[in-house]
Amino acid sequence: MSLKYTIAPFSAWLQAVSKPFTVPVTGGPRPGAPRYRGWHINDVEKCIGCGTCSAICQNEAIDMVPVDDPVVGDSGLRPKIDYGRCCWCALCVDVCPSGSLGMSNEYVWADTDADVFRYIPGVDEKPWDDSELGWRREEGFELVDHDRVPMGMLDPDERTQTWAEVVIGYTEEQARVEASRCVDCGLCVAACPAHMHIPDYIGAIRDGDDARAVQIIYDNNAMPEMCGKVCTRRCESVCSIGVQGDPLAIRWLKRYATERFDNLAEVLQPQVERVGEGRTVAVIGGGPSGLTVAYYLAIRGFEVTVHEALPQVGGATFFGIPRYRFPMSSLEKQVDLLKSAGVKFVLNHRVDGDELTRMLAENDAVFMGVGLMKPMALRAPGEDLPGVIPALDMLREQNLGHEVDVGEKVVVVGGGNVAIDASRISRRLGAEVTIAYRRRVVDMPADDEEIEDAEAEGVEIVTQAIPLRVEATEDGKLDFVWGPAEMVQEEEGKRPRPKLIEGVENHLVVDRVIVAIGQGPDLDWLPTEISEKICNKWGYIEVDETGMTAVEGLYAGGDLVNDTADAISAIADGLRAVNGIVDKTRAQHV
Amino acid sequence: MTEQTALERRVQLWFGPQHPGITGNMAVQAWLEGDTLTSGVTHVGYLHRGFEKLMERRKFIQSFPIVCRICVPEPDTNEWLLAASIEELSGLDKEVPEKARWIRTLFLEMSRLSSMLMVLGGHVGAMGLGTAPNWLITLRDYILDRFEELTGARVYHMYVTYGGVRRDLPEGFAERLEANLQEIESKLPLVDNVIFDSAVFRKRAIGVGVVPEEWVDELGLTGPIVRAMGIARDTRTDYPYEKYGELDIEPMTTTGSDIFARAWMRRLEIAQSIDLIRQILAKMPTEGPYSAKLPNMLTWTIPAGETYVRAEASRGEMGYYVVTDGSDKIRRVHVRGPSYVHGVTLLERLMPGTNIADLSALMVSLQVCPPEIER
Ligand SMILES: Cc1cc2nc3c(=O)[nH]c(=O)nc-3n(C[C@H](O)[C@H](O)[C@H](O)COP(=O)(O)OP(=O)(O)OC[C@H]3O[C@@H](n4cnc5c(N)ncnc54)[C@H](O)[C@@H]3O)c2cc1C
Ligand code: SF4
Ligand code: SF4
Repeated sequence: MSLKYTIAPFSAWLQAVSKPFTVPVTGGPRPGAPRYRGWHINDVEKCIGCGTCSAICQNEAIDMVPVDDPVVGDSGLRPKIDYGRCCWCALCVDVCPSGSLGMSNEYVWADTDADVFRYIPGVDEKPWDDSELGWRREEGFELVDHDRVPMGMLDPDERTQTWAEVVIGYTEEQARVEASRCVDCGLCVAACPAHMHIPDYIGAIRDGDDARAVQIIYDNNAMPEMCGKVCTRRCESVCSIGVQGDPLAIRWLKRYATERFDNLAEVLQPQVERVGEGRTVAVIGGGPSGLTVAYYLAIRGFEVTVHEALPQVGGATFFGIPRYRFPMSSLEKQVDLLKSAGVKFVLNHRVDGDELTRMLAENDAVFMGVGLMKPMALRAPGEDLPGVIPALDMLREQNLGHEVDVGEKVVVVGGGNVAIDASRISRRLGAEVTIAYRRRVVDMPADDEEIEDAEAEGVEIVTQAIPLRVEATEDGKLDFVWGPAEMVQEEEGKRPRPKLIEGVENHLVVDRVIVAIGQGPDLDWLPTEISEKICNKWGYIEVDETGMTAVEGLYAGGDLVNDTADAISAIADGLRAVNGIVDKTRAQHV
Repeated sequence: MTEQTALERRVQLWFGPQHPGITGNMAVQAWLEGDTLTSGVTHVGYLHRGFEKLMERRKFIQSFPIVCRICVPEPDTNEWLLAASIEELSGLDKEVPEKARWIRTLFLEMSRLSSMLMVLGGHVGAMGLGTAPNWLITLRDYILDRFEELTGARVYHMYVTYGGVRRDLPEGFAERLEANLQEIESKLPLVDNVIFDSAVFRKRAIGVGVVPEEWVDELGLTGPIVRAMGIARDTRTDYPYEKYGELDIEPMTTTGSDIFARAWMRRLEIAQSIDLIRQILAKMPTEGPYSAKLPNMLTWTIPAGETYVRAEASRGEMGYYVVTDGSDKIRRVHVRGPSYVHGVTLLERLMPGTNIADLSALMVSLQVCPPEIER
């Protein structure tokens, strides 16, 4: 072997006088890289307690623990990390729908107490809480799907020429994809007045089991096809995916599932205890609350009769909501199920005070869900002129199939769903339509999508417009006079109020002024001894936590009880009464 | 003195699992006559976690934090193989952006480089020479610095995902990596002096641990072991994946098939790797997304199917055979790591006749990574 190989290794000694390979570090550990995956941090104000972080963690290192009372849209839980399990993969950070969770670039922490290595980031104070550096969620890299499957709709021009349903509905494939976006956090369940089992039925749709989905839906909603088409969807407003992306199309998925089956009775074979065998219940008013009570009591063996003043049940969803949103066939399908469950209907029958007293005596329980039938007046001079009509009357006539004439030009006063419906119906009747609303578009109680749809159909919206008076013109038309308003913030935290700017008058000459500024209870027919017990000073009915009024055996619900006045709240009220009646019946069995 | 019988002269010796000369958490049960092995058996099981089985219980995304544990010094091949196999079965492979493919190629080559720097030091470390391993571990650490800023972690990167990678290259990354490469290049001649020009290493490595060519196909040998016997086999060129097909790359070989040749092979491949990283940085697009749009990772399901995907790890061909059944989890995965054949079948064949003092160096030259055997 050559001498070279003996000598060469000694060149290593040269290192003794050269720059070392290693990098000298002084003053403690060097900071982690800017995107280092160190100890967790959490912006607890931004965190919604959805638990998605916990769901993705393959090491089960995250427990969701209560730190606050739950509110709608926030479970009050926050992630607690167990560093005996965590492997610092940061999947939790990358999946966090609110973007609140992150990691600091701190990586050194020593302690003799092993328990400290389980903490709630953002709640249990740590030196790195304000760390600017470390691993964060990054836009452009999402582990969840932010994009909703778009819903097919009729072309706006086509819509005004027809009464056909505007929304086309998801295909099977679209529904499966949309359903797969759900992260199963359940925040929606808490937000839904009826607490429908949303992630469960969405999961069933995702897994291709539509029948199962419908069964779950019917756990606590007997009018789901209606809700699938017109619900105010409080659920979607708290969807965790909606924080940074499009919320799940919960309403459309429910619609999809229920529309899959023509004969619901075949799909639903409810397995419930028939506690009501031999008992009778009378329901006054065939709106969503009354129908809910009827269905869930009937399947439990109660003999239920629904008394309805109109020729068809459905309540405001029959006489108010237009057919292009909620077609008759959908309503009939749901009513057929009630019939198959044994519910009896007495139609065209308006219950009066005497009959109510009789019903109370003859039945085990009576449920009243008669809704809000009295339209609010315009309260401006000229409100009684012919041609100034309540939206509710116009919609009822239309839905009952009677001839409705709104002329060539109308103004609709109001900003809720009723106003939007009246304006879109008027467009379909061929009129030019203007909505006059007191506040701004953002303040409109109507559903955003409804507002968009109305505008797409050619409805013009004039905001901050206060009606001053209506005058009859010489050529038989109406002059709608309105004044502009400015928005004033009177109290901190309250929504701004419109204030009339004096001295300016605008004129809109129209054939009809359609008034849609709300409706109130119409309970004059109640016997005084009952009404003074159950009504509050605004004329609404008050109930306890079982849904019962101060009159023994008299239950109530729906618009005339709750202050949210939408279909799902009416359904929730109905469910409350069902539980109340069932519990009471059970107690009597013992 | 009475003559001892052959049996009486035989000594049974456990080499490992607690022995600095063993490659990772494994053990060799050796039988010796004098200081020569008559036979040996490889024992594993010291870090069995059931990687493959665990993956059957996890959503697809949740397997990334496990697969990197299948090889500590070079976890990234595993990440890539998992991503590539599931992408192929799901059809997501068509959506992986161009830039992500380049970043992945860079990432895989950095991984090979850092692993080879470590094992080259191991070659002489196993003979009791401490200087080169210390230097080489430091050089490897330079690359780990870059991994840290790229992926957020030094060792278990969890950086490749379905559809691309998790983050873009940080500002100025290429320049800092180039500086590291230059630093490494400048130190390599020193390393050569104390390894390849060292009489100790040469005497103990040349002609020791020779692997006959006939065993290559019989046992399924791959990687530097076969290239060190002059056979130009390399998954990167034979079955190019990601952007390897667009690089100027020739499989390197040397001859001798002994410990020395295998060390030299790694030395050549270190240089090759540095060259490839430079090519990648030059060719890589600077604009564009680094990840495809992903479906919801908590509910993602994949059609039923099966595939085998392979890549060239620094140890040889690494492959994943993956079966899916249409659900949200892998039905079966089989990790084909080179260490099984090299560390069990081949090592057990080579042990008879080997001097006990050479066993450690032999194992390093086969670059055995035990978790890959256990899976
Ligand atoms: C035009 C319009 C659009 C709407 N759009 C939506 C929407 O998009 N989404 C949504 O969630 N909600 C909407 N709502 C509100 C929703 O329809 C109501 O909140 C819901 O129908 C209230 O249900 P309820 O059970 O209180 O009874 P109601 O639906 O109000 O029904 C009460 C029923 O009782 C009957 N009745 C009254 N008095 C008697 C009596 N003495 N004897 C017998 N029967 C009687 C009435 O004829 C009526 O059928 C809309 C309402 C209207 C008017
Ligand atoms: S995923 Fe994010 S928002 Fe949801 S609980 Fe965890 S930290 Fe909070
Ligand atoms: S970093 Fe990974 S292991 Fe740690 S809590 Fe988050 S998801 Fe779990």
